[in-house]
Formats: sequence, C-alpha cells, structure tokens
Amino acid sequence: MKFLSDKALERLREGADAPDLAGTRYRLLERVARGGMGVVYAAQDQMLERRVALKVLDVPTPDGDLALRLNREARVLARLEHPGIVPVHDVGTLADGRVFYAMKFVEGQRLDKHIESVHSLPDRLRLFLRICDAVAFAHARGVLHRDLKPANVMIGAFGEVLVMDWGLAKILRDSVPPEAPADPDATIIQAPNAQPNETDTARATAVTGHGTILGTPGYMSPEQARGDIAQLDQRSDIFSLGALLCFLAAAPSPQEAARSTWRKDKALDAICAKATAINPDDRYSSVSALSADVSRYLDGLPVTARRETVFEKVARFYRRYTVPILLIAAYLVMRVLLLIFSRR
Amino acid sequence: MNKILLGLLLGAVLGAIDGASAWFTPAVRTQLAGIIIGSTIKGVIAGIAIGFFARKVHSLLLGIVFGLAVGFVLAFIVAQMQHGYYLEIILPGSIVGMIVGYATQRYGAATAVPATSRQS
Repeated sequence: MKFLSDKALERLREGADAPDLAGTRYRLLERVARGGMGVVYAAQDQMLERRVALKVLDVPTPDGDLALRLNREARVLARLEHPGIVPVHDVGTLADGRVFYAMKFVEGQRLDKHIESVHSLPDRLRLFLRICDAVAFAHARGVLHRDLKPANVMIGAFGEVLVMDWGLAKILRDSVPPEAPADPDATIIQAPNAQPNETDTARATAVTGHGTILGTPGYMSPEQARGDIAQLDQRSDIFSLGALLCFLAAAPSPQEAARSTWRKDKALDAICAKATAINPDDRYSSVSALSADVSRYLDGLPVTARRETVFEKVARFYRRYTVPILLIAAYLVMRVLLLIFSRR
Repeated sequence: MNKILLGLLLGAVLGAIDGASAWFTPAVRTQLAGIIIGSTIKGVIAGIAIGFFARKVHSLLLGIVFGLAVGFVLAFIVAQMQHGYYLEIILPGSIVGMIVGYATQRYGAATAVPATSRQS
C-alpha cells in the first residue's frame, strides 16, 4: 500500500477547501494568504478582466457571526475610500454558502518585509506618515482599525501604501448601522508564546462572545488588551501607530545605526514614548497630531513631545541649516584670512 | 518667491554686502561706492543666471556647483578689469555664488502650472 505524501495531502486539502465560484464573475487563480476569518485568493474578474483578491469565509454559514463580521468588514472598507485603504469592489455569497468580498489585488510586500530594503530613517518615517494619513482618514469617518501592525500594511509595487485587514475595525460614529453587534462584552485572549513561524493570524487571538476582538501583542493598546472596549477610541490606534513607529525607527543593525542616514535622536524616542503612553490621556489626541510631530521631526523642527535644551536647539539648527551655515562660515573665515594676509 | 526673483534679490544684497566689505581694505576705501555698485551688478547678473538654472535643474548639489562656477567667472572678469586683487575678488565672489545657488534651489518656488493644463 502506498501512502500519499504530506505535500500531496496538502494539495488535496487545498483543492477541497477551494471556494466554488460558479455563478460569480470570478475565476479562481491561486490561494494568496490565510486571514483571521478565512482565506484570501487571487481571482480574475471576468467581466472587467482584472485581477482581484477574494476574501472568502472558512465556514458556509451566511448568517453566522463570522459571516456578519466579514460583511461588516466589507462595509467598513466601502465607506473608507482613500488611496491608503484597500478598496472593496463586491460582496456576496458563494454557491457553497460561504460569504466573500472582492477587493483590489495588491501586488507588493508587507511593511515588515519591505523595510528590509529601506535603509534610511527619513524614508521609513515618510512611509509612516502615509500610514497615518489613511488611519486619520478612517478616524475622521468614525472607524477605528484596532489591529495596526507591520503585517497589516502593504507597500505596492509602485510605492503605494495600503492599510489592510479592517476585520477588527470598530465603528465609533455610525451613519449606517453595522450589521454585526458592537463588542461591549468582548474579552481578549492572547496566544501565548507565539512561534516565530506562526502566521500573524495565529499570533493574533480570537475570542467569540457578543463580539470578537483580535489583537497582536506589542501593538495592542493596554486598554484594548484589558478588554476595556467601551474606553476604546482613536488613542488606541495611536498606541498601535506608536508601536509601529518604534518598529520602523529601530535600526536593522548596528552598522545601519552608525550610518548618517540613520540619525535617530531623543526627539524621535519622545514621539514614540508619547504615542505609546500607558495612559491614553498622555498620548497624542489625534493621529494628525502624531503625524504633525513626525513631520516636524523630519523637517528638523522642535517636536511637541519633548522640550529641548539650548544645546539641543543649537544642534538641531545646525543640522537643519548645515549647508548655508558652512557656506557663510567659509565666506567669513575667508574674508578674515584675506584681511590678515593683506595687512602683513 | 520664484527662483529668478529670489536669485536676483539675493545676488544684489549679497553682492552689495560683499562689495561693502572692501571697506576693511584701506587701499580701496576711496573707491568704495564704485565697488559696491559694481559688486551689486555682478551679484544681480549671477543671481539671474543661477535663478534660471535653478528653474531648469532641480538639484541642490548642481545648483551650488553652478553658483560657484558663475560666481567664479564673473569675479574673474571683474578682477581682470581691475588688474589685481584676484584672490580678494574671486574667492568671495565664488562663495557668494554658491550661497545664491543653494538658496535658489532650496527656497525658490517652482513655477506654478496653470490649472487648465493640469486638468488636461
């Protein structure tokens, strides 16, 4: 008797799990990733002749909690039309009863992979500012992301920055009532000691009850980790953004840290610390305030997160105006030398 | 402020200041007014040339190098006309050119594109 190999078994399992797209405008291409609630597939939209990503629920229960959540995620995305947020194209139920939604197929890399090739701190901070733009937009529309982390940010092939995975989004102000109930009683279970090779989904944790909260340790605000759902507001996302900023600002190696393009100082540390303060009241009041402080840092201006000493002010001024200061100093020194030599 | 105007004004001001620094050389103090006027005109010419360059080429380094070249050439011509004071004229003139080159690239505003052409 001959046994099937693990690889063959895996292929069979994937085939059996593949969604039945009969009756839809989509043709299945390949499996892309596994998410919290289901699987993301690449598919061909045969009407518009373009590649799309289909997020398909694992279980064929169109009325279950997960289906409601997937529908809700699609609706949240639909109300967030922004260049930094992946657009949703379609939502529906497959012949096999599984709920799905179609979204833009993003070809690119996750932020944590992408930054391995970004060796300049200012470039990384500029990426961060674009993430902030998308999150600030969502907040302005009354939506909290609640799971901001490097794995949920995609950098497209042309440098576009897209905030993904709004499955945990919470609607603060709702002009259109969400289908799924809010999460007043939700609690959090964290996956202990996540293995390095685990997927982010596995690292994130799920609890069901009246609602579902997923979160990623290290990026989740303390109030979110406590399950203090009623207290969650945009400052919870600001905490996650602060953690993301710390992640981006960390030099990949001591050699990189020594490079002139990696000049990280106390001001940036202060911004990280203020954004990730334990007490929400100590954090930035809005994402715009956080991104404004990072912009000021990039422009060589004083940041609100830290009061600097006179020496630091001088050093910052010199860093900002190095070229003109050196040129004017060269002019003055040269003038003085010419005077001295002409009088001899 | 657009780059040519910025180059012109900065060239004029720095040229005048540079010319006025001749006051520290007692031998030429009697000709100070002429030196200031000449230096200002030199600065204006250099500033306009650097401003035009900045409008075409968007590079801080090239702007500084071009400023150095223009400042050097104009100062050299002036020194030739003076038959002397080469160092005293060329060195400051070149550095002033570099400063104007830097400033036009860094602070000069790009020419605005008309709204109609942006739509098309």
